[in-house]
Amino acid sequence: MWSALKRLYHQLGSPKWFYEITSRWSPWFLWIGSTLMIIGVVWGLAFAPADYLQGNSFRIIYVHVPAALLSQSAYIMMAVAGLVGLVWNMKMSFVVGKTIAPIGASLAIIALVTGAIWGKPTWGTWWVWDARLTSMLILLFLYMGVMAIYNAIESEEMANKAAAVLALVGSINIPIIKYSVEWWNTLHQPATITLTKKPTMAPEMFIPLVLTIIGLYCWFAVWVFARTRNEILWRERRTKWVKSLLNTGANH
Amino acid sequence: MFFDSFTEFLHMGGHGLFVWLSYGITCLIIAQNFIAPVLTRKKVIKDIERQMRREQK
Repeated sequence: MWSALKRLYHQLGSPKWFYEITSRWSPWFLWIGSTLMIIGVVWGLAFAPADYLQGNSFRIIYVHVPAALLSQSAYIMMAVAGLVGLVWNMKMSFVVGKTIAPIGASLAIIALVTGAIWGKPTWGTWWVWDARLTSMLILLFLYMGVMAIYNAIESEEMANKAAAVLALVGSINIPIIKYSVEWWNTLHQPATITLTKKPTMAPEMFIPLVLTIIGLYCWFAVWVFARTRNEILWRERRTKWVKSLLNTGANH
Repeated sequence: MFFDSFTEFLHMGGHGLFVWLSYGITCLIIAQNFIAPVLTRKKVIKDIERQMRREQK
């Protein structure tokens, strides 16, 4: 078990291996994710019953919750990638952390914008400065901070370290987002999904939500892999394997 | 199907604007996430090939 994990760690640390294995995985993630997404969205938009309080506006949940959930998981992944990079000086780990930032930021934007649009008919306002909404906005700023570091600092080593430290310090925001609806008074409704309790939603509303969440996770993998492969190609441009890969022309 | 007609589906019981606006914006951002790395890849490959040609001369 331990030696298998150790081998995987070293393989993942090899850019060439990472490039090849994710090239093979990506189509699977793409097609499984797309299938789940299409079923979940069609089900959620057209077949799930309307909410007895919110009417049809509740259907925004199928884009809002997956994006909000994944923007937080992605942040944790980015922080862990930064930690692994700092502790073991693993280059590939920094690269993955770097590529997660713009994706996570885009997901945080989806969560904030669809939340505001959902808030208008439900709460009567687009925005309130309460704990949940404000901590989500901070999450977006943290992602933008990591991106800004990579844009501003020329030395790659310095940028990696600064971005990882920011990601780690900012991870204090994740439990604040999670518990904000319990610790403070807020307009935001409590968590829709918890791993420990049975869902309070009807199954015909709940199952499509699970499908869109898993679907978005799959798409997220596709995006991280694609961006990381681009980084690898450029970093390894002087190596034999990249040159022969481009010479065969099979990868255009 | 929850709705009786396509018009009702679009109308969403008066919440159509909010629902479709949310889905529209989400679609755009998701599309961007798919397209951006493809464009970057093309640019990276072009840059590397230019560099390889320069080295061959």
